Amino acid sequence: MTEREVRKSVTKLSPIDVYMLLPRTNCEECGEPNCMAFATKLVNREVTLERCPPILKKEHEKAYKKLEETLAPVIRAITIGTGDHSIKIGGKLVMYRHEFAYHNPVALAFDVTDEMPLHARFSGEEALIDRVKKVENFVYNYIGRDLTLDIIAIRSTSNDPTVFKSAVENVAKVTKFPLILCALDPNVMEAGLVAVQNRRPLLYAATKDNWKSMAELALMYNCPLSVLAPNDLNLLRSLVKTLIEYGVEDLVLDPGTFVDEGLSDTVNNFTMVRRNACKGGDDLCGFPIIGTPITAWLGGKDSKETLAWKEAYIAGILMSRYADVLIMHSLDGWAQLPTVIWKFNIYTDPRKPVSVDSGLITFGKPNEMSPLMLTTNYALTYFTVESDLKKFGGDYYLVVADTEGISVESAVAGRYLTAELIAESVKKSGVAEKIKHKHLIIPGRAARLSGEIEDELKNVGLPGWRVMVGPMDSSGIAKFLDETWPPKREEKE
Amino acid sequence: MGEKGKKDEAAAIELAGLLRLLGIEGKGEIELEDVELSIGELTLQPSAATVAPPKTTAPSAVLAPPKVRPTTILEAPFTPFVQEYPGQIREATLGATKSEGGSRGKTVVIGGANTPAFYLFEKAPPHPPVIAIDTFDMKVRLPKAIKMYVEEFWGDPAAWAKIAVDKWGADLITVHLLSTDPLIKDTPPAEAAKTVEEVLQAVDVPLIIGGCGDPKKDAEVFMKVAEVAEGERVLLSSLTLDMGDVGSLEGVAKAAGKYGHLVLAFTALDLNRAKELNRKLYDYVPKDRILMDLTTAALGYGLEYSFTIHERARMAALMGDTELQHPILAGTTNAWAARETWMKLGPEWEPRRLRGPLWETTTALALLLAGVDVFMMMHPDAIKTMREVTQQLASRGKADPNKIANWVNARIKGEDEHDREGS
Repeated sequence: MTEREVRKSVTKLSPIDVYMLLPRTNCEECGEPNCMAFATKLVNREVTLERCPPILKKEHEKAYKKLEETLAPVIRAITIGTGDHSIKIGGKLVMYRHEFAYHNPVALAFDVTDEMPLHARFSGEEALIDRVKKVENFVYNYIGRDLTLDIIAIRSTSNDPTVFKSAVENVAKVTKFPLILCALDPNVMEAGLVAVQNRRPLLYAATKDNWKSMAELALMYNCPLSVLAPNDLNLLRSLVKTLIEYGVEDLVLDPGTFVDEGLSDTVNNFTMVRRNACKGGDDLCGFPIIGTPITAWLGGKDSKETLAWKEAYIAGILMSRYADVLIMHSLDGWAQLPTVIWKFNIYTDPRKPVSVDSGLITFGKPNEMSPLMLTTNYALTYFTVESDLKKFGGDYYLVVADTEGISVESAVAGRYLTAELIAESVKKSGVAEKIKHKHLIIPGRAARLSGEIEDELKNVGLPGWRVMVGPMDSSGIAKFLDETWPPKREEKE
Repeated sequence: MGEKGKKDEAAAIELAGLLRLLGIEGKGEIELEDVELSIGELTLQPSAATVAPPKTTAPSAVLAPPKVRPTTILEAPFTPFVQEYPGQIREATLGATKSEGGSRGKTVVIGGANTPAFYLFEKAPPHPPVIAIDTFDMKVRLPKAIKMYVEEFWGDPAAWAKIAVDKWGADLITVHLLSTDPLIKDTPPAEAAKTVEEVLQAVDVPLIIGGCGDPKKDAEVFMKVAEVAEGERVLLSSLTLDMGDVGSLEGVAKAAGKYGHLVLAFTALDLNRAKELNRKLYDYVPKDRILMDLTTAALGYGLEYSFTIHERARMAALMGDTELQHPILAGTTNAWAARETWMKLGPEWEPRRLRGPLWETTTALALLLAGVDVFMMMHPDAIKTMREVTQQLASRGKADPNKIANWVNARIKGEDEHDREGS
């Protein structure tokens, strides 16, 4: 560790450093107005170098190499699968999310085994094909986005090359998902690999016993290779060095996932490996990390629910602590939901503000009798409401009140969302001139402000308005409107 | 990449040695091309491969010089990169025993961290994170998954607190005086203080006193509670910049200082404001009696903002920002604000009795790893998991490699065998 040279951290990289290496012809071929703009986007990782055609020419070869080096992530980016059916893991630029942003969301792999019956017809057991389809079809719509799973991991529990080969063939037939082949016996691995030799699966795993044969397979079939050294970072690092010398460049590190009493070692090992790469300039640690929450299922005498619960929270922990790919078992929706959502969340760009612009938003083509609703400018609140309204379809006005990026409930509790602010927001939005009905629907969580709001609206010159208390959650808006809209013209004050 | 260059160079040197051995040494300097050619023809490393490898990746620009493949594992021991941190989180003591002027059975010490959370390879954390269980002084809207446990204690925080301590192992109890809200029941400060006294008598763990969020009313209530609970070292939750705006901050901070309590400084995801509030409090409250709440958003509804601001705050504090060197509390119960904790989403997402508490657990665990010291929690299963994980994370060296060495071919028990009857 003496000759370590810590790469210029991405956070210190300036667009000028990059600009100086670009052709500086302002040719606009990349779609940017000039090279400086392109350099800025490169530094912010909003574009890739390949968007600049001139730099790929022979005369810029040196500069291209230098740029590639300058922009290279500290954690190697590795592709599992090929073409449209591939997934990139690793490629991290920083250790902590707040230092920049995390890239290439953790890939979620789910296991099938080579001893599962192919079809359910003759067995009560879960069938191979059904399980593969279940992984493929998993989807949860979260604020307008479909969250899905990523990889099928095929495990050989038979330890029989023929059986494994046939299972891999069968899986390959029914899915185009990227694959992980799990077998510690190189003969078994090779048999399976032959069945998918053009699909670049991740091989799991090279160990102190089989590394040479696994390396041969990885080289022969051009596959990324996992390195397994349970709770032994000396061995892990030694294997990495050996495999690199052997010629295998795409490695994925597994320091072992231990649940229960070994959890601390797991978390510390993951952290130490990532820290050495990001802060210590230890290139031998600069590879994606694979976690296996599936180990929660080993030797447990607990109920299936308890084990799925454990697996899920271990996945949560490992996603927060640097895992780039996870192998899991439970496909229960309740257990996977927090996993796919935390995955989505932690990979969003932290530079993105917590709040959205306040003001009047329209959905569809609202007219003078369209419902008028109100929400806060906390990004997650707004996007949730927006996604719900789009899902329902229809025409609405929505006033987004500036609560300094705080959700409705917290904003009401903390006095960020007050009757006064609501009245002012409605007034300022100018919506009063666009509608005839004088009805404002407020979130159910702001119900206690309803009386006050009518008074405050009067104070800002909007007399005769009525406040309707909407549902507690925007998912209930459609039903709420079905029951209450258009409002009856009854009581007059 | 510099490293790659070095590797190539090393490989070339090794090759040169090899060629010398084979008696085909070049004249001092070998052209890279020649080396490639000779090696190709000599096939120094006959590989097991008989099948031509499928080439599916992008064309490699330059052929890398062939390597002499190792035959044994090359030793490359791991030395963890460790860091010294100039800063440290202050320790804070919640509760006071009889000899200390209170009536608690034991006190709870938190904080003191001098590394990022659970970096045991640097230093073991001095105090484990603790759990405060929520109780309310009135009926509140709660999802069914929680309601089923606490319904019988509604409106009776003393009874609720007792079960939370005896059965769920609460380190601390939070009494939320929600009914003091002028827009709800407007319970007067004296009556609210009586509720606090009842809970103090019912349990002997330290207390956190939660307000209603109204900056004026909370100050009045906290001042009264501070007086009545003199010496108990309760944590007043929370003091805000809003209190500063309406002019009530000074009074309540002074009362906390005078009667020996702690205060929770709440700000909304903004470290500059957190520091600003702390500076205001320093005039009245000793620094080791200030905790921070940086805002806990639910998983799916901004947890990533909370996670990142907590990591940032902890790192800044360790690097020497004294205004952030306070223990941190997270209102993990906020997890239940997520619709995914209670909403019917279809049969494939059931049962909610698991989905809800797992949501709270996941929210809490993310913040545990970001360095939070006190967790306000609610669901017994989430609390149980947090307690177990916190204990497991406290010490290293217990992983047994044999346990997972063969996970790849383990036959995971059929689901039916494990199914719990009727649960």
